[in-house]
Amino acid sequence: MHISVNVDGVTYADEVEPRLLLVHYLRERLSKTGTVVGCDTGNCGACTVHLDGHSVKSCQMLAVQANGHEVTTIEGLARDGKLHPVQEAFHSNHALQCGFCTPGMIMQAIDLLADESDPDDETVRKGLEGNLCRCTGYQNIVRAVQDAAQRMKPGAGPKQEQHSDEHISSKQPVGGE
Amino acid sequence: MIPAEFKYMFPSTVDEAVRMLAEEGEDAKVIAGGQSLVPVLRMRLAAPTALIDIGGLTELTGVRDDGDSLLIGAMTTHYEVQRDHLVQDHALLLRLVTDTIADPQIRHRGTFGGSLCHADPAGDLLAPVLALDAVMIIAGPSGRREVPAAEFFVDYFTTALAPDEILLDVRVPKYTGWGAHYEKLNRVAQAWSIVAVAAAVQVRDGAISAARVGLTNVGSGPLRATEVEAALVGQQASAEAISEAALRASSGDGYKDNLARVLTGRALTAAVAG
Ligand SMILES: Cc1cc2nc3c(=O)[nH]c(=O)nc-3n(C[C@H](O)[C@H](O)[C@H](O)COP(=O)(O)OP(=O)(O)OC[C@H]3O[C@@H](n4cnc5c(N)ncnc54)[C@H](O)[C@@H]3O)c2cc1C
Ligand code: FES
Ligand code: FES
Repeated sequence: MHISVNVDGVTYADEVEPRLLLVHYLRERLSKTGTVVGCDTGNCGACTVHLDGHSVKSCQMLAVQANGHEVTTIEGLARDGKLHPVQEAFHSNHALQCGFCTPGMIMQAIDLLADESDPDDETVRKGLEGNLCRCTGYQNIVRAVQDAAQRMKPGAGPKQEQHSDEHISSKQPVGGE
Repeated sequence: MIPAEFKYMFPSTVDEAVRMLAEEGEDAKVIAGGQSLVPVLRMRLAAPTALIDIGGLTELTGVRDDGDSLLIGAMTTHYEVQRDHLVQDHALLLRLVTDTIADPQIRHRGTFGGSLCHADPAGDLLAPVLALDAVMIIAGPSGRREVPAAEFFVDYFTTALAPDEILLDVRVPKYTGWGAHYEKLNRVAQAWSIVAVAAAVQVRDGAISAARVGLTNVGSGPLRATEVEAALVGQQASAEAISEAALRASSGDGYKDNLARVLTGRALTAAVAG
């Protein structure tokens, strides 16, 4: 069947077998191997991507069901060579060991933070209920998500995007008079 | 694993979907959110020859006010049910139950109707739908029919739906102002219920004027605890009345019987409180 899917900002038109899972389409046809498969049952969450802005498990969907929709994968998060704040927070809080669960954890964390801008410990754990990690014991993952929430607060963007007085004054002509 | 081959069809109206199901014969299946069906296909527990995707039937999505009842479209996702104001105001029990289903990703795709049609005895929506006297509105080749929940759930993974029928809407009477609670026992890593109890109670001047109690995963389908309900009506909403009534929750299985009683007591206590 013919499908047209927007993945990470690029529209792809492809002929696919109806039985092709979305995750296999992403990995094998589009070479987006950042999204991984960890189970056969929809339990582990490693394959989490966003479909039209909401998190879904891409192993639980057929590629044909994504026809006409927008998919965002872990590979579509970085901007201009800079990691997404949630990616940065996972990095600096040591929220991964083997890293297999990480793409799914990050995609689900972003979904969670869209609903809850300042989640407490319990809210993070509930929000990541569908993502299993065999290594970390979750402590640093929870910490990373909370840290990411702080990094993503209004006005917490990268330095060059902040409108502090200092920043503005530094733009004033220097030594003119 | 990779599913066996099938033909994929994407109808744009209910009539078209019903026609496709009839034409494709017994081995065709409806796919809604796919959250139960896709794993079944992947594990090759089933190999339908055709899948009719009802994801394009927008008229099956959303909750409508229909006077004394709500009409919940079969394709309404768990995520939408959780956030729907009509459900919150008139069928609070369904929101509380839906909050406990699976995880956020599954709730974004999985549907209200799909859960009922799949009829997994551990599925959380079956018992509350039964206890709330909901009615299934079904379309088939010979038109529409209505089936009360009590006749809809037939056995393990079996409903009254014929292979060429589609669930369209679920009519749920309004329970405005009723207290509700879902008490669920499950392992941490899996949201599926070992046993759970759905309770809704109407309290007037400190006394229980009406009660609905449904049990999840105590048999081949949902059970309604009618004896518990009867024992509550007319009683003061007190701890004694609740523990007395909860003793009547029964499943016919020793371990689960005990669980059913304990969880019924807890569910009623919380439902009466709010
Ligand atoms: C990891 C995981 C955990 C889960 N945990 C829970 C849980 O804790 N509690 C719980 O209740 N559920 C749980 N579920 C199941 C989830 O709620 C599913 O959403 C639900 O069982 C099926 O809904 P669906 O829309 O995905 O249906 P599908 O998977 O698309 O379909 C399921 C079945 O119903 C039929 N069907 C669907 N819609 C219709 C219709 N309108 N008319 C006729 N037939 C139809 C299909 O043909 C198929 O046989 C879990 C699922 C997963 C993968
Ligand atoms: S691979 Fe998708 S949930 Fe495990
Ligand atoms: S870091 Fe290894 S599974 Fe999570």
